[in-house]
Amino acid sequence: MTTNSLQIENLAVQIGDKPILKNFSLTVPKGEVHAIMGPNGTGKSTLAKALAGHPDYTVTEGRALLDGTDIIGKEPDEIARAGLFMAFQYPTEIPGVSIANFIRAALTSRLEEGEELDAVQYYRRLYEKMDLLKIDRKFTSRSVNEGFSGGEKKRCEILQLAMLEPSYAILDETDSGLDIDALKVVASGVNAMRGAGIGMLVITHYQRLLNYIVPDAVHVLWDGRIVQSGDKGLAMQLEANGYDWIKEELVTA
Amino acid sequence: MQSQPTLEIDRDKGDFHYDTKYEYDAGVGLSEATVNYISSVKGEPEWLHEFRLKALDIFNRKPMPTHWATKDLENIHFDKIRYYLASGQRPSRTWEEVPDDIKETFERLGVPEQERKFLAGVEAQFDSEAAYSNMKEELSKEGVIFVGSTEGLKEHPEIFRKWFGKVIPIGDNKFSALNSAVFSGGSFIYVPPGVKVKQPLQAYFRNNAENFGQFERTLIIADEGSEVTYMEGCTAPKFESTTLHSAVVELIAMPGARMQYITVQNWSNNVFNLVTKRGMAMEDATIKWIDCNIGSRLTMKYPAVILRGKRARGEVLSIALANDGQHQDTGAKMIHAADETTSNIVAKSISVGKGRSTYRGLVHIPRHLKNCRNNTECDALLINSNSRTDTYPAISVRGDGNSVQHEASVSKVSEDQIFYMRQRGLNEGEAMSLAVNGFVNDLIREFPMEYSVELKRLIEIEMEGSVG
Repeated sequence: MTTNSLQIENLAVQIGDKPILKNFSLTVPKGEVHAIMGPNGTGKSTLAKALAGHPDYTVTEGRALLDGTDIIGKEPDEIARAGLFMAFQYPTEIPGVSIANFIRAALTSRLEEGEELDAVQYYRRLYEKMDLLKIDRKFTSRSVNEGFSGGEKKRCEILQLAMLEPSYAILDETDSGLDIDALKVVASGVNAMRGAGIGMLVITHYQRLLNYIVPDAVHVLWDGRIVQSGDKGLAMQLEANGYDWIKEELVTA
Repeated sequence: MQSQPTLEIDRDKGDFHYDTKYEYDAGVGLSEATVNYISSVKGEPEWLHEFRLKALDIFNRKPMPTHWATKDLENIHFDKIRYYLASGQRPSRTWEEVPDDIKETFERLGVPEQERKFLAGVEAQFDSEAAYSNMKEELSKEGVIFVGSTEGLKEHPEIFRKWFGKVIPIGDNKFSALNSAVFSGGSFIYVPPGVKVKQPLQAYFRNNAENFGQFERTLIIADEGSEVTYMEGCTAPKFESTTLHSAVVELIAMPGARMQYITVQNWSNNVFNLVTKRGMAMEDATIKWIDCNIGSRLTMKYPAVILRGKRARGEVLSIALANDGQHQDTGAKMIHAADETTSNIVAKSISVGKGRSTYRGLVHIPRHLKNCRNNTECDALLINSNSRTDTYPAISVRGDGNSVQHEASVSKVSEDQIFYMRQRGLNEGEAMSLAVNGFVNDLIREFPMEYSVELKRLIEIEMEGSVG
């Protein structure tokens, strides 16, 4: 039951002394796309970073089972190699390191000692994915995220996702800062990856992205936990009525 | 004042040592007798013997430059160093003639392989004397001389004596005086007018005796319109007590000549590496120093170019990496002495842990010169908050027709960068070394391919040891 999903159980996370996530539970089965929506400051990005093992986020309770194995307390790179990918809301610049070399290093870190990447095959795959994401091939020699526009950064994140083929991916506000054309390109890149082999968790503030990446389930995050779950209709409802009705419902409940 | 613990860092291939029997040994300590011994064993002419004695006198009288440099220099015990060891006097010409134990050391270093692959000639120094030296026939046919310094002064005195000690006089500094007194080994190269040596000439230097200072002396003359690239790579085995390396390298680029001198250095962290390197560029000549300093306890090295002829050009590209317990005090000097001369300095330093990097530069353009230009860029990268970096650029530019541009930056490998890379699967060491490689990448591109690969590997080894 737990072996084919990302199963988060009763997770409590704090930054310093400040509790952010409280008793958070969610299961994302492989092959499905789940969306997490919620207003700013409710803990959406905290969830992403805590799962990825960021040292500033302390998990005080609960566990997160990646295909049955708890990843809480593991090193960020162990978690990544175990199959969890996170597309960053604000991707970091790495001056002097080209995209091609960076992705190659990431792939190489997954190989056994002594194994080597086939360079010809690697570039063939890289170009294929770049074409799909409408990224100019010249970008292979550009430094990672350095001087990129917002849209270029997000496409570069999806390119890495496509190249690394993780079992689970968290997309942290991948739509922020994108115009509608860039959004469509990113969404089609994500949709091309959907399939039985990957579970995705799409974190977003707006329903807009979910018109293009249609989720199998939508969850509303409020004050550090999920307060409402439903199908894509829930996202429409949020779009039409805002988050206030959830607030009211919580108060009256 | 400071105590410096001996740090245990694996240095890959550099960390091995074979017992070698030395036929000649000048004993411990430095006196006139030491100098006399070296000179007589080498069968040197009287002028050189006198040169050495004069140098010893200057060395003894010059104070240690601790008023501007680090006090760690006081920890060099000159009376405990061996100044001369040689396993034989004549450099071996063929591989078969090389003694087996020495061969074993070289095989581990990959010298013969390297030669087969891409070298035009090999001059590999084993302790004081070149144990193996070879030149491809085509080069000798063109009149290129590539021999050890001892052989050079004996067989080509007319060229050797004319330039020896002219770019770097004995009394330039305390350590150039020391080298002038006890030097042995090093290369002598002469490239005749118009000859363009296509492949880099290469020498390997190794220390293989505890407490043995290596004082090689290199003199390279590129005659009119010729071109030559020289590469040296230094690795030394690790020992408990301090070792002193103090070389002198003089380059002369005659009108229109182009010279490139490349160093990738990986000393073990007990070595004091105090080197004087200077070139003189005549009209339309170019001298380029590419200098990478990794390892050592203290490196003090400021490659210089004297721009003596019109339109001469000098360049220094340097990379320094200071790990825990290491101090890289490096930089460059550009002395403009003719109109329309140009110089370029790009220095990148990386400080890791308690490692310390210092950039010291000097650019001098006097008032009477016209249309001279200098560009200086110094970038420092700090790997953690304990690291220290200093920049001392001394730029004296006078006169209206001259221009100078100076940029300096200090940056850090941020936690965000490391987390980003680790989220992609790289461990902390791999992430760090990728960030450092990125920092030096634009400089490394200037290197011949085989050296850039070696340098990247050295950086990886250093970074692996730097994260807990």
